[in-house]
Amino acid sequence: MALIYLVLFGVSVFVLLGFIYWWTAGITAIQTDDTIDAEITGLSEQYRARGVTGLASIVRERSRNERQSLYLLIDPRRKALAGNLNGWPDVETQEGGWLDFPYQRPVGGKVETHLARGRHLLLGQGYQLLVGRDTHERLRIEKIMRRSLTWAVVLTLGLGLIGGLMMSRNFLRRIEAINRTSRDIMAGDLHQRVPVSGGGDELDRLADNLNDMLEQIERLVLGMRQVTENIAHDLRSPLNRLRSRLEVTLMGEASEIDYRNALEQTIDETSDLLDTFNALLSIAQAESGQLEADSKDFNLSALVRNMAELYEPVAEEKSMTLTSEVAPGITVFGNKHLMSQALANLLDNAVKYTPEGGNLTLVLRLTENRPELIVADSGPGIPAADREHVLDRFVRLEASRNSPGSGLGLSLVRAVAQLHCADIKLDDNLPGLKVVLRFEEQESQQV
Amino acid sequence: MRILVIEDDKEAAGYMLKGLGESGHVADHAADGEDGLAMASEGGYDVLIVDRMLPKLDGLSVVERLRAEGHQEPILFLSALGDVDDRVKGLKAGGDDYLVKPYAFTELLARIEALIRRRNPAEVETSFKVADLEVDLLSRQVKRGEVEIQLQPREFRLLEYLMRHAGQIVTRTMLLENVWDYHFDPQTNVIDVHISRLRTKIDKDFDTALLQTVRGAGYCLREPG
Repeated sequence: MALIYLVLFGVSVFVLLGFIYWWTAGITAIQTDDTIDAEITGLSEQYRARGVTGLASIVRERSRNERQSLYLLIDPRRKALAGNLNGWPDVETQEGGWLDFPYQRPVGGKVETHLARGRHLLLGQGYQLLVGRDTHERLRIEKIMRRSLTWAVVLTLGLGLIGGLMMSRNFLRRIEAINRTSRDIMAGDLHQRVPVSGGGDELDRLADNLNDMLEQIERLVLGMRQVTENIAHDLRSPLNRLRSRLEVTLMGEASEIDYRNALEQTIDETSDLLDTFNALLSIAQAESGQLEADSKDFNLSALVRNMAELYEPVAEEKSMTLTSEVAPGITVFGNKHLMSQALANLLDNAVKYTPEGGNLTLVLRLTENRPELIVADSGPGIPAADREHVLDRFVRLEASRNSPGSGLGLSLVRAVAQLHCADIKLDDNLPGLKVVLRFEEQESQQV
Repeated sequence: MRILVIEDDKEAAGYMLKGLGESGHVADHAADGEDGLAMASEGGYDVLIVDRMLPKLDGLSVVERLRAEGHQEPILFLSALGDVDDRVKGLKAGGDDYLVKPYAFTELLARIEALIRRRNPAEVETSFKVADLEVDLLSRQVKRGEVEIQLQPREFRLLEYLMRHAGQIVTRTMLLENVWDYHFDPQTNVIDVHISRLRTKIDKDFDTALLQTVRGAGYCLREPG
């Protein structure tokens, strides 16, 4: 590939400089011919006006002054009448009377052979005029030009080759850095990042994008690893319990009723296990954001109203009142089912931790055009220091160790909130707990 | 009832066949999609239980082909894929219900019986009667004997669902899915609370209780005795 570029580059430099040479050489040649033509026109006018004698005197005069122009006027017997050429050149006359010829030119006491170009004019009655110009200088310049242009080609190619090599070496070095990082990552080191030179060029932009991608992948992998660890952690102990019960039941002398009880307990325990497992999966799903594919706009107002209706009797059962205040027509983009589950978890908690006779409040409203979902209770609340902490997985406060639950409810709420780009905040309800989900600003076309 | 179980896990299928047999059904087993399709095509089954992941021909395709051939038997999908999305795919392919593994056997049984019942409606019913409890879907009137009972809209839907499946066991999950359209299990037994509310309205002031709790399974609306 690099070789193709080099050849292409060389050819274009060659063509360009060749064109410059051809063009300037061509122009100077034309100029020479034009000058000769002009002189011939002038001299033939003089001839017509003043005859051979007049012409001869003008030629003589010009021969003295001019250094580049050459003249020779001969009579019918080919005898020189005037001019600065020693004799009629012994070369073939080309078309249009043009001829290229060598002549002897005195330069500083010596005589050199120079090349010249001239035109031959028949004057009538056997008289002939030759007007020429020394092309020695011109050819010399052309030669210098040829040489310097050749050098230019060589230099340009050389510099281009060196520069190209340096650039591609730099390029390859940076590509190699990316390759090395990829190999490290493939070997299992997800912390590696592609180096960024800081120049802000295309490679840097590529590196930035790769790094963002790696960041995302690392986050997902860590999330997955954590889920696996959590599943292992939280499923092992109940599985162990279950197994122990079965083994112990088999060990002793047990009646049919004992077996039956053991089996029933085992079934209950498997459904608890399953609940934990499902909760973990939902959290992982929400956190990985993979539900975006089947996300759509849904009516949050209707969802909250339905949920309030579902939990109202539950609150009543514990002599609590559930007050709901739902602004109509609030739509949110996301996953309706996960949102229902998150809200159910919040209400479950509120019902579970609020003593009998308490108050629960469920509010959905627009604050500064942002939908705000509030679940508040009048229970013991959560101490300020623990509020951030309880959103983590499997965290159960000392006070609630003995009540049933997996400790996953609030983590799911947080994961679902994040999936819906909502901020989650735990607050004091004075007394009690107030959980606030603030969604992103509503689009203005929403009715 | 004759039931065809298309399931590649032989042990699971064995338990299922045993359980169905003990519940008074006759069940056949096919271990892969092609066998299942061939057996189902011959007809004669009242309900099909189809696993989604099957060797040779997957469950979705089996059901799609059966439906294309014009078979109308109710079909219950079993799957380890539990997303709402997967459920929707299953129902779109022609399934009538969708149960995620692992499931409680009582849940499976309740759903099969609900499916069998649903496929044999006498006609489009507009009113139901269990003992002296009457529900009129058009006027939305509920009466027990001569006493008119006032219900909230959701209580009415709950009762309607129970009446449609009168005499059968209805699980909490079935109620949550069909009456509320929720596909998750709340920790608190919200369904129990709603049932007990309904019970105070339709049973409390009367001699016989019609809405019964079936331990470890769910509820059943039926005339006692």
